[in-house]
Amino acid sequence: MHITPDQIVLWRWGFVQLNATIVFTWVVMLLLTLVSWLITRRLTASDEHRSRWQTGLEAVVELIRGQIHEICPRGSDTYLPFVGTLFLFIAVSNVLDIVPGWHPPTGSLSTTAALAISVGVAVPAFGILRQGLAGYLRHYLRPSWIILPFHLLSETTRNLALAVRLFGNIMSGTMIVAILLAIAPLFVPVLMQALGLLIGLIQAYIFAVLAMVYIGAAVQREQEGAS
Amino acid sequence: MDSVTVIAIFSIAAAALCMAIGSIGPAFGEARAVAQALGSIAQQPDEAATISRTLFIGLAMIESIAIYCFVISIILIFANPFWNHIVAAKPGG
Repeated sequence: MHITPDQIVLWRWGFVQLNATIVFTWVVMLLLTLVSWLITRRLTASDEHRSRWQTGLEAVVELIRGQIHEICPRGSDTYLPFVGTLFLFIAVSNVLDIVPGWHPPTGSLSTTAALAISVGVAVPAFGILRQGLAGYLRHYLRPSWIILPFHLLSETTRNLALAVRLFGNIMSGTMIVAILLAIAPLFVPVLMQALGLLIGLIQAYIFAVLAMVYIGAAVQREQEGAS
Repeated sequence: MDSVTVIAIFSIAAAALCMAIGSIGPAFGEARAVAQALGSIAQQPDEAATISRTLFIGLAMIESIAIYCFVISIILIFANPFWNHIVAAKPGG
């Protein structure tokens, strides 16, 4: 039994090896890019000739935008590409779990660690963009300089938690289905897979919302510090 | 008992204990959080969107503790480093 899709090697040539995580990540990337390219190729502003695909895509973008705006009202469109991409990538790779033979790339600690690292880079980057380097670094000393190690510790552990939470949830979903297939192969795994779809969407939502909350905290702390 | 048996027994027992004890705390925590959130929504239905979003974030935070325990149990059962070490060191095992 494979815990992570990292262990499934599909192609090997010398040092280079392609495991299932990389391949399925590429599939998700290709799918997202291709679908958005096909839809956004013919965008119209008129209501008569608007295709239903464009309407669907607009609904998704508006939904993400509204959620971001609720968390961080000021300058919310700056964060839309990053947070929206995180949400769409995780959601698509979790939902495609219903396709037979699919190994969700989010069920591998490598993918989730990469996503968490990009959040960990984006949070200070947005903070620095907002207020400059000195203004951002000042918050580490905010109540007192004694707090500095605790700030660093909390930023490290929350990114670690982000990675392990997504990995654990998705990995447990696939693992429970695999165990149930051995015990009760009829109908029971279907229920757990339906639950897994729900959990996958909730985890995608939570990952994006937590990333947004961290960014919003970094940015709004700047504004408090400036005033 | 040779060392392989000892490691197997303790790994399985530790995984079971980790899962059992580690899920009690988050279960109580989530129950409290959901009960409070439902009470708040009943008092202020207008704020339901904000309360449920905060509730989801909080639940994710609480649940990650149980997920840590689950990951450790899974590692102990399916990818036990001590087990792999002792099986590799054993001549013919």
